[in-house]
Amino acid sequence: MPDLQTIGLSHYLIVGAIMFVCGAVCMATKRNALGVLMGIELVLNGANVNFVAFGSDFLRRNPAYGIGLDGQIIALFVIVLAAAEAAVALAIVLNFYNNHSTVDVDRADELKG
Amino acid sequence: MSWHALEFYFLALMACAFALAVVFAANVVRMAFYLILSLGATAGLFFLAGADFVGAMQLMMYVGGTLVLLVFGVMLTAQGPWVSIRTSGGEWVLAALVGGSLLAVLVPTAMRLDPAPNHEHAAVPGTAHKSENKAPDAKASTEPQTTRPTATRIGLGLIGAPTSGTSGYLLPFEAISIHLLVVLIGAAYLARPKRRARPKLVESDEA
Repeated sequence: MPDLQTIGLSHYLIVGAIMFVCGAVCMATKRNALGVLMGIELVLNGANVNFVAFGSDFLRRNPAYGIGLDGQIIALFVIVLAAAEAAVALAIVLNFYNNHSTVDVDRADELKG
Repeated sequence: MSWHALEFYFLALMACAFALAVVFAANVVRMAFYLILSLGATAGLFFLAGADFVGAMQLMMYVGGTLVLLVFGVMLTAQGPWVSIRTSGGEWVLAALVGGSLLAVLVPTAMRLDPAPNHEHAAVPGTAHKSENKAPDAKASTEPQTTRPTATRIGLGLIGAPTSGTSGYLLPFEAISIHLLVVLIGAAYLARPKRRARPKLVESDEA
């Protein structure tokens, strides 16, 4: 059980895990294509919390786990990738909406064999 | 309880509660709003972890850029029956099962990573003398060399100068720049207006 008084690495990891699981459940349950996209954003953000936590010098942790500033740089890369992914996914969703007049992903079953 | 801990619990509670709200909200407009609040609280967590540059970028690019794009998508598509689409009960049960088991794996793993302050430091020989300074509770956060702003060191790392604490990241930086350019061109190509829209769509645009 982590210490409640001093904020350590595991506190951040638990927050990241909760956001990750929320995003995964969101991706699995939402039928709106934009809801699925929001789930992806939550998952990427949960991973980002972990990267920043491992790279932080301000948290109580085992020094062997430190990855220094690399964690923050990788978190920046993740943010850029999330922006790119959101742009492409939004373009696809708008195209789907123009062709089918809906954003329900369950209706996108034309390729079903 | 220190201010650091209090602020962490406040921001962590906001981030997690609004992430849960995103999952349980049925209205897609509310989901977008909760997502903005959750990611904003996460930016606060980054500031609290000493990652000032990443926190600012989270606010500027994620909350200010990506989510505005998402809100535009919501506004363009959330019309009439598509504002809230219900999920069936069976899917909820299955998703709760999968999510709960994932959480049951992740959270105990995260708790095991947190060392007890004293006996773990003895277990890591190379850092024993350094960690003795850090051992008394949160005093590690007042080390002078770590309170500098991180923007300079991140910038040096991105242009490929390996300073203390970073490796050189010039090649990934260039790769991700080209990636972003290609992706934006591709997105503009995908979202371009069609030459021949179907008559039904033209009517709905005018209405």
